[in-house]
Amino acid sequence: MENKDSSKISRGDLLKGLVKKGGLMMLGGLPWAAYVEENKEEEFVLRPPGAVDEKKFVESCIKCGICVEECPYDTLKLAKPGDDALTGTPFFTPRDIPCYMCTDIPCVEACPTDSLLKDLVSDDNDKYNIEKAEMGVAVIDRKNCLAYWGIRCDACYRACPLLDEAIVLNFERNKRTGKHAMMKPEVNADICTGCGMCEHACITEKASIFVLPREKALGKVNDDYIKGWDKEDESRLDSTNIYIDKNQVEKSTLDYLNDTGSLLNDE
Amino acid sequence: MGFSRRDFIKKTAIASAAAAIGVSVPTKLKADSVQRAKSGWRWDKTTCRFCGTGCGIMIATKNDKIVAIKGDVAAPVNRGLNCLKGYFNAKIMYGADRLKKPLLRVDEDGNFSKQGKFQPVSWQRAYDELEKQMRKTLKELGPAGIAIFGSGQYTIFEGYAASKLMKAGFRSNNIDPNARHCMASAVAGFIQTFGIDEPAGNYDDIEVADSIILWGANMAEMHPILWTRISDRKLENPDKVKLINLTTFSNRSSDISDIEILFKPHTDLAIMNYIARKIVYEMQDAIDWDFVKKYTVFATGPVNTGYGMRTANHPKFTDKERETVKGQSSKIVSKAEGKTLAYLGYKEGDTMEMKNAKGAGKHWQISFEEFKKGLEPYTLDFVANLAKGDPDEDLETFKVKLEVLASNYIDKARKVTSFWTMGFNQHQRGTWVNEQIYMIHLLLGKHAQPGNGAFSLTGQPSACGTAREVGTFAHRLPADLVVKNPKHRAFSEKIWKIPHGTINPKVGSHIVKIMRDIEDGKIKFAWVQVNNPWAATANTNHWLKAARQMDNFIVCSDSYPGVSAKVSDLILPSAMMYEKWGAYGNAERRTQHWRQQVTPVGDSMPDVYHIVEIAKRFKLRDVWGAQNIPGLEGGLPDVLPKAREMGYKPDDTLFDVLFANEEAKKFVWPDPVGKDFDNTEAVGDKRTITGTMGEEWKGYGFFIQKYLWEDYRKFGVGHAHDLASFDRYHEVRGLKWPYVDGKETQWRFNSKYDPYAAKQNYGDFAFYGGALKAIPQGDLKGVTDPVKKPLKNKAKIFFRPYMDPVEMPDKKYPLWLCTGRVLEHWHTGTMTMRVPELYRAVPQALAYMHPTDAEKYGLKQGDTIWVESRRGKVKTHVETRGRNRMPKGSIFIPFFDEKVLINKVTLDATCPISKETDYKKCAVKIYKA
Repeated sequence: MENKDSSKISRGDLLKGLVKKGGLMMLGGLPWAAYVEENKEEEFVLRPPGAVDEKKFVESCIKCGICVEECPYDTLKLAKPGDDALTGTPFFTPRDIPCYMCTDIPCVEACPTDSLLKDLVSDDNDKYNIEKAEMGVAVIDRKNCLAYWGIRCDACYRACPLLDEAIVLNFERNKRTGKHAMMKPEVNADICTGCGMCEHACITEKASIFVLPREKALGKVNDDYIKGWDKEDESRLDSTNIYIDKNQVEKSTLDYLNDTGSLLNDE
Repeated sequence: MGFSRRDFIKKTAIASAAAAIGVSVPTKLKADSVQRAKSGWRWDKTTCRFCGTGCGIMIATKNDKIVAIKGDVAAPVNRGLNCLKGYFNAKIMYGADRLKKPLLRVDEDGNFSKQGKFQPVSWQRAYDELEKQMRKTLKELGPAGIAIFGSGQYTIFEGYAASKLMKAGFRSNNIDPNARHCMASAVAGFIQTFGIDEPAGNYDDIEVADSIILWGANMAEMHPILWTRISDRKLENPDKVKLINLTTFSNRSSDISDIEILFKPHTDLAIMNYIARKIVYEMQDAIDWDFVKKYTVFATGPVNTGYGMRTANHPKFTDKERETVKGQSSKIVSKAEGKTLAYLGYKEGDTMEMKNAKGAGKHWQISFEEFKKGLEPYTLDFVANLAKGDPDEDLETFKVKLEVLASNYIDKARKVTSFWTMGFNQHQRGTWVNEQIYMIHLLLGKHAQPGNGAFSLTGQPSACGTAREVGTFAHRLPADLVVKNPKHRAFSEKIWKIPHGTINPKVGSHIVKIMRDIEDGKIKFAWVQVNNPWAATANTNHWLKAARQMDNFIVCSDSYPGVSAKVSDLILPSAMMYEKWGAYGNAERRTQHWRQQVTPVGDSMPDVYHIVEIAKRFKLRDVWGAQNIPGLEGGLPDVLPKAREMGYKPDDTLFDVLFANEEAKKFVWPDPVGKDFDNTEAVGDKRTITGTMGEEWKGYGFFIQKYLWEDYRKFGVGHAHDLASFDRYHEVRGLKWPYVDGKETQWRFNSKYDPYAAKQNYGDFAFYGGALKAIPQGDLKGVTDPVKKPLKNKAKIFFRPYMDPVEMPDKKYPLWLCTGRVLEHWHTGTMTMRVPELYRAVPQALAYMHPTDAEKYGLKQGDTIWVESRRGKVKTHVETRGRNRMPKGSIFIPFFDEKVLINKVTLDATCPISKETDYKKCAVKIYKA
């Protein structure tokens, strides 16, 4: 994790100047979204912290590369043709270089558009808080995770910048040996930022913990059931909107009732 | 939001309670029969290369290649499990830059030149130069001019061969292991307290202890598999079993601890005295008087003993260094010391002259009343104020923690096991803190019983088995014998069949002193074996310069190029662990043997070969004549006439006498225990290496490893260090010595378990160790009656006071620096940094610090910084998150990363008794790079 030399002037710097001088007008009108290739892999692309949702992101990103230039760890790359991401947009591959979760989030700070939004990675006082980032979420392959075999690994846990919060260790007795404990990592999706430090650190040949975009990794529970044992859970339904028209009788209801069908036939 | 670690403990407690029902512990494991053997795979047992835990490993080979490894389910330590380093035991052997040929610094004409560049040479060329340089130094400086940096990672055979070569052959005691950095304080504690080295208990204490107390031992990372056993004990009975983690910063061992006690560096001395004071002043009923009266005496020793440094007038010190080093001669008594040393008449502001810097280990018996008087200052208030290590913690909370800690020891219904590692041992009063933990356990009669005891963990795989038991130290001989003792020398000379008077009675240079002697031009030939001292020795700027800029010859036997190889003149390629026969001894006195599994890579050869080959080049007449030894009046006698009487000829080589004698040749190869296995030393191997004499290497022709084992074993049999026969270890998964009448010993000094204790006929216990077992009488201030009284079968309860370390943070250097390890890497990283997976998991040594401290110095997460002390500086990056959470005012930087050579910064102050370096505390400043 060497900090790179940022003394050179690059395309990003030039663009940044251009954008600031109002050149955005020239670029902004291009319908980038029209160039979205039919590439399913794209759905698994990890974006910088503070990125708006993927659809909006590809629409708003002007491919200026400034965020990539600003990244001190060379984590962010601009997609080339053949990469999984839409060409020219920034993304990262944690197994190669994870996001080191800079506290001053230079990529977001530099973004000239609304693709990376400060609001999404700031506290209410407008101060950056990288811990709010939702780049993705780590997922554990329990079949291949050595800790689930009982091996004392937990390298991901120790690599986690939010250790004991985003990844916790679940201690269980090892019934086979009778005298050792297993220390199984578990991800808390509410806290995990998707930085990928765990994926990077994982010691299996192919990582057994890896980051997926949140929409790919996470399910979604229904909006009309809350945990009776968890007082906090009601807050999840703040925006619930179950709509039932109280007056109109549905046509399908009438059709169903009016169709006796074979009810009265013996055949 | 989310769940905390605490919630998890609750959750797992429930889960474990359910799981506890119907848990069946396998009674007999038939490891091999369970395994479906793949075609052509040969499975054989061995052990892990890394820490002192000593996990069993099984290795599968096919066509002379390691194809797989697995945890050994029949191994009692780990039952088939490993940690993430153990998982890579095979992979460490096949790094791309394994050393494959001898490398010598040569000039353009191919002659050795100190300024030359490394070029591959033959084994013969290497040994010609080695011999030449060794002869040159022996001629100029005698036996005191040569030295070996030994290791706690030597196989037992290697350590024994090296020790025998140096002590019986070259008559030099300048062989000292890196285990000095690791275990010497524990050893001194054992010897002073019990008169015999190594723990009373064993790992099975874990499963029966009610309270497990960690003192400066981050077992979660450093003893990963033992930590799973402790965790399991906690899960088994979460309400009853208590875990307390005493440490100077928050680490992963706090995860499942009931209490984490963050204390200021060095105040463990005070905390233990608080516990003792509580017992002695407030809860005398807790004292096991029957035990104390029958099995112990009270003792103390001098305090003005310095800090194991050279004095400030040494010409190689900088003025900045002298600011600290002057403490070696005298110091101003601090406020805290004004209280804790008041019993000696000191008060704050006084100057203490370090008159006992030599003879720091002397001690005398005192009465219980005197002992009690010494403990007087250590009230809860005083100790809590002195020791509280986290400025953000409330003092009252800290006090409650100390009280709970004390009650965990004192409660008669609780069995207590204390564990420690480098926190105690790497300490400027390391021997004292070791003695203090026994003080607590002995007062309460809680030692040497299942679940009850103070247990010193080792860091290295054979710190016990090789460094300590074989005695590869400057002052030791095998089985706890010492060179100073004429009877011990005579006994050793008899076993080694060498003339009386051969062994040098003058204690050699300990490992730090070997470095200092190189810098002082007193040692000009040094040989590194199985360690990396130029990376691992504190204040290494001095030693790096001495190696490269002075007239000397450094040899480095290693498998991978590291810092020490880089500053050497000759590099000899070493076979790795599974490329040779070997044996290691773990922390619980368990000795484990393995067979050679594969042929070594390249032209690398086992270290036994490195050591024994040089013996071929020296004749008795070269080394057994009269020798001048600085500081030894009269020098060493000419023993050649006696040698002649014994039937030796002056032209016999050390090889003939020490390693290839008639007895040795009786150990024939092939031997049934090695059927279908290679033995590179005995008969060579498929490579047809050209040996050191220019011959095609076809082996010594006999089973040299077995000879070395059986020769070594003679020292301990019948002397409470009994080891089993070579073959026996290949039938079992290790045996805990003393091994008597076909049985291993679980708890020493306890007559129920230890035949040597029973034999004393003294009672339920017998602390039968024989060293330092007659001491003068006195009071807290000193000796009053110099007549030494014997203390047969008794242990000593020492009173030791609190003292400040010699360098503490101040305005110029405001932060404490602590160094240590991480789970992913082994020591200086020469092996684990070559495993891509482990490298990627932790590629760099970071500076862990409190976020507020980072902010205070204008730094943020990830910034590049300099870390600078009075001795040197290194560049690294800020880490305010992650595994170690520092209290304000303290930083931690691990030492595995040669790019962040933290030992340029550390201070080479040692415990004055054990000579073990304190790597855990010095003062530094940090600033943006």
